[in-house]
Amino acid sequence: MNYNWDWGVFFKSTGVGSETYLDWYITGLGWTIAIAVAAWIIALLLGSVLGVMRTVPNRIVSSIAAIYVEIFRNVPLLVQLFIWYFLVPDLLPENLQEWYKQDLNPTTSAFLSVVVCLGLFTAARVCEQVRTGIQALPVGQESAARAMGFKLPQIYWNVLLPQAYRIIIPPLTSEFLNVFKNSSVASLIGLMELLAQTKQTAEFSANLFEAFTLATLIYFTLNMSLMLLMRLVEKKVAVPGLISVGGK
Amino acid sequence: MRIVPQLLGAAIAAALITTPVFAAELTGTLKKIKESGTITLGHRDSSIPFSYIADASGVPVGYSADIQLKIVEAIKKDLDMPDLKVKYNLVTSQTRIPLVQNGTVDVECGSTTNNAERAQQVDFSVGIFEIGTRLLSKADSSYKDFDDLKGKNVVTTAGTTSERLLKAMNADKQMGMNVISAKDHGESFQMLESGRAVAFMMDDALLAGEMAKAKKPTDWAVTGTPQSYEIYGCMVRKEDPAFKKAVDDAIVATYKSGEINKIYDKWFTQPIPPKDLNLMFPMSEQLKALIANPNDKPAPDKKA
Repeated sequence: MNYNWDWGVFFKSTGVGSETYLDWYITGLGWTIAIAVAAWIIALLLGSVLGVMRTVPNRIVSSIAAIYVEIFRNVPLLVQLFIWYFLVPDLLPENLQEWYKQDLNPTTSAFLSVVVCLGLFTAARVCEQVRTGIQALPVGQESAARAMGFKLPQIYWNVLLPQAYRIIIPPLTSEFLNVFKNSSVASLIGLMELLAQTKQTAEFSANLFEAFTLATLIYFTLNMSLMLLMRLVEKKVAVPGLISVGGK
Repeated sequence: MRIVPQLLGAAIAAALITTPVFAAELTGTLKKIKESGTITLGHRDSSIPFSYIADASGVPVGYSADIQLKIVEAIKKDLDMPDLKVKYNLVTSQTRIPLVQNGTVDVECGSTTNNAERAQQVDFSVGIFEIGTRLLSKADSSYKDFDDLKGKNVVTTAGTTSERLLKAMNADKQMGMNVISAKDHGESFQMLESGRAVAFMMDDALLAGEMAKAKKPTDWAVTGTPQSYEIYGCMVRKEDPAFKKAVDDAIVATYKSGEINKIYDKWFTQPIPPKDLNLMFPMSEQLKALIANPNDKPAPDKKA
């Protein structure tokens, strides 16, 4: 293949201000982290509430959570993003719409769309994991708490959830990494996160392979570090004798 | 007897001289085409009116697609292969260069600007079109030129020269514009139509194409001082002078015979599929000059 390799391309000027291509990657990485962290906070909070709702002894409440999960997990992420970005703003009242589309910085409005979209999408997955965590506990736990006179909120808060979360740390870690990877959909609505900056670098410099190799390394390193971090968390919060930790 | 070697020499010389030209050793892409009986054309799916898909057949049509077929005809003649098979391969702005380099696509004609960065990776044919980068905005709006855009939302398509120019202009002149990079021309136009941006910066011919697709084309206008001129070319693999020459010769022959005017009128001044819209985009002076003096250079830097 007739390709002109140039690994020095990242230090070249982009022709925009005094930025180099490496600066673009750094800005992009910043956005990727911002999107993923914000979306993860929404996902973890909403997902926990929904997960609890799915296990409470009330059919209506648990069906609401089940319907939520089915809707958000069965519609492709990209379709959801376009709904949040193109359709939802048009449902706002006229004057608010004007402000949202014209006066609000377009990066901010794209950021809001993608954070809400990714947060709600991931919440459906977190919900299922929280539910599994709760259901994995022996029935005796809940019965004993009841026998001691705990009310339902207390049973969840003091007995079930602290154990359930410890059980589901490994699958939650994987969801956490997914949020970082899924944040790349933002590149399709003009938010210049890591993948968008990579594509832009490839297009401007015509050094496509170098551009995507660097992006691969950044995503990989980022996710590896997060995985190791979560493993530390898992060890730190482990209760001796309760659940085995990380196979050790 | 010294006459024998002399006779022998004369015989060899005669044999060499009368060897037909087409039997000369084929190399590179021409050899590949001769041996496989197939030529692979790279095309786009929505570069209206250059190279796009207009019906269910999936065969690309457009100004660049017609020029590409002229190249195929010429190669059929050059290689004496009347049954040369044509294979189409869809490319995107991200895949077009690697697919030419790795041999998947033999020649790509679409809306690819010939510039120095790309010329490091591929060779360009003689120019096939020349555009200016301008603006599309509402016909009755006050956004007529780049100076009117200070502090406004302006959309352009990601990965285009317009994106680079717009961002550079924003940084150099501190205009405080919010530059939105949409993923393709269709989405850029949607941003403009839905009011998220007041203007769309792009190649003028492509803007005319987007305008023609609008619900009411007369609501929109192409405006503003061109910020750059760019020449589109067909891409071929580097270091394959024989194939590049065949492609160049075919394009130049189309220019010399005047057929280019028919192709131009068909796509720019007459109704085009799929919606039978007329772009009403007369040939620019720059393109006339390019056709009169074909060359494979990028457009000179003549910023407004």
